Amino acid sequence: MSASLLSVENLVVEYAVGGKTIHAVSGVSFEVARGETLGLVGESGCGKSTLGRAVLQLRRPVSGHVMFDGEDLTAMQGDALRRMRRRVQLIFQDPIASLNPRRRIGDIIAEPLVIAGVKDPGKRQQLVCEVLSAVGLDPALVIGRLPHEFSGGQCQRICIARALVLKPEFIVCDEPVSALDVSIRAQILNLLEAMKARFGLTLLFIAHDLAVVKAVSDRVAVMYLGRLCEVGPSEQLFVRPAHPYTALLIEAIPVPDPDVRPAESVAAGEPPSPMAPPSGCRFRTRCPRADNRCSDEVPELRAVAPGQFAACHHPLIPSA
Amino acid sequence: MTGQALLSVEQVAVDLPTPRGNLRAVDRVDLGVGAGRTLGIVGESGSGKTMLSRAILQLLPKKARLSGRVMFDGQDLGRLDPERLRQLRGRSLAVVFQDPMTSLNPVLTIGTQLIETLQEHLELDALAAKKRSVELLAAVGIPAPEQRLRQYPHQLSGGMRQRVAIAIALSCEPKLLIADEPTTALDVTIQAQILDLLAREQRRRHMAMILITHDLGVVAGRTDEVAVMYAGRVVERAPTRALFKKMRMPYTEALLAALPKIDAAPHTPLPAISGRPPDPTRPVQGCSFSPRCRYAVDQCQREKPLLSAAESPDHQFACFHPIEAGV
Repeated sequence: MSASLLSVENLVVEYAVGGKTIHAVSGVSFEVARGETLGLVGESGCGKSTLGRAVLQLRRPVSGHVMFDGEDLTAMQGDALRRMRRRVQLIFQDPIASLNPRRRIGDIIAEPLVIAGVKDPGKRQQLVCEVLSAVGLDPALVIGRLPHEFSGGQCQRICIARALVLKPEFIVCDEPVSALDVSIRAQILNLLEAMKARFGLTLLFIAHDLAVVKAVSDRVAVMYLGRLCEVGPSEQLFVRPAHPYTALLIEAIPVPDPDVRPAESVAAGEPPSPMAPPSGCRFRTRCPRADNRCSDEVPELRAVAPGQFAACHHPLIPSA
Repeated sequence: MTGQALLSVEQVAVDLPTPRGNLRAVDRVDLGVGAGRTLGIVGESGSGKTMLSRAILQLLPKKARLSGRVMFDGQDLGRLDPERLRQLRGRSLAVVFQDPMTSLNPVLTIGTQLIETLQEHLELDALAAKKRSVELLAAVGIPAPEQRLRQYPHQLSGGMRQRVAIAIALSCEPKLLIADEPTTALDVTIQAQILDLLAREQRRRHMAMILITHDLGVVAGRTDEVAVMYAGRVVERAPTRALFKKMRMPYTEALLAALPKIDAAPHTPLPAISGRPPDPTRPVQGCSFSPRCRYAVDQCQREKPLLSAAESPDHQFACFHPIEAGV
């Protein structure tokens, strides 16, 4: 991974809640190559959204580094960080809630340009129209209207347009299709793929749905309770998962085929609280392969196959 | 569907007055489910699936107008007086909603809510009701049930809350359980647990179940029959296996195709359905799916296709140009 655009090193994010600490992200490292889509999957509360926000410095990490194009975002403040933010953008889960209901679509999309100092209104208008056309909306019909006049899918197109208007290099997509209906979801996933190709984007694609993540990602990282369990090329990870948690997630996906009998209660128990994560491997309380070593020793990410890394003392495929 | 259906929905329609005109949320739906059977209702938001379940339960918003007939266990629910209906709803007709927080009372303990239900409907004394509550919580897979009785809903995880809601729904041994998107708010591993739980209890009690979902994957392995809804109507209805083997209605096929497949290679473009569902206050003259359908011809825009069976009596679809068998 020589040409990595983003490199996250040992990132730790914690929240203080009522005198207790939530260990949201506990020492996560990964890289995203320029032009690559890295999928990040995990269940609610695993820290994936916090990780996405910490990458963009919207939540400052406790320790660790986020290197973007050779510069450490965690060391940046004020103007330097603001300038850097033009190159990185974020798309949220709830497209309707992320648009100001009182502002017109044209103004919403022009806002980043105003902040970035594009002073000429004509130039702004032109850029807004370009980006709206790119996401499949007719600028003439859209610019003067308010968010409530649009459906969820259209609002997500508008959010994507807003994220693209500054021509960023890197976008964190945080559950961008979870709130959308199946028939609309496919449109938005296809749009993200098309935009990625057209603008040469690098994406961190966060979602809880493995099939959705696989559809758009070159590599996938699986997160559980603040730590990465496994990272690997999408295809390989799904065919031969090494971490028992990855295997569990894959098994739990409902398959639209009546001949595939759903596996009976694949997952025992629920994730423990991130306030008091288990010692050693955090997945051990639900893992069928767990033994004493798993409670004593935190497993490191180790190579199990070319490009595939798992943090497990007893991986499903023997260590390479 | 056999003659002795426990529930039969006959030509049910729901109209809602809105500032923009009448909204026909459910349009002349016929469905049925027998004891021990599971019917899946699949549809996207706005397809009318939740309104239909509310029509069955006679729990429609005040302004709504209901027409047609809902027969349950030999009684016409629309003709029952409110008191009789209330008794029936707690007892033989139970429901589990998507968000358990909407059905659980946040200021009462789990125990109070369960015990109250049992005392009200089964007329158990306090001690017997408590004992039964513990058994029920254990049956739905809640660890340390005695302690849970003293807890409030907010102290439980989403999955645990849904288990409590299921325990309450099952507490009076209902004949029919309506599960309306019971796992949509839950994580995928918890979803599998809850669906397993529902299936197990349904078999054990020989209960009828209606599983409402937007996910074809959820109904595939867990229902006997599936009804697909679009814009307020049932557009295809068939035994689950027959449906997945041979989808006839282009909407059903398109919905399945639009799902990302776990065994497809990354970056495979998804066959998306273009456009979006019609505005329900402005009904389409012909087939509601025709503006988005790749097989649509003139006739589809002019006339509304009726739900009917072609070669097999239990496989019905509403389409002039169904997908050919064996393709």
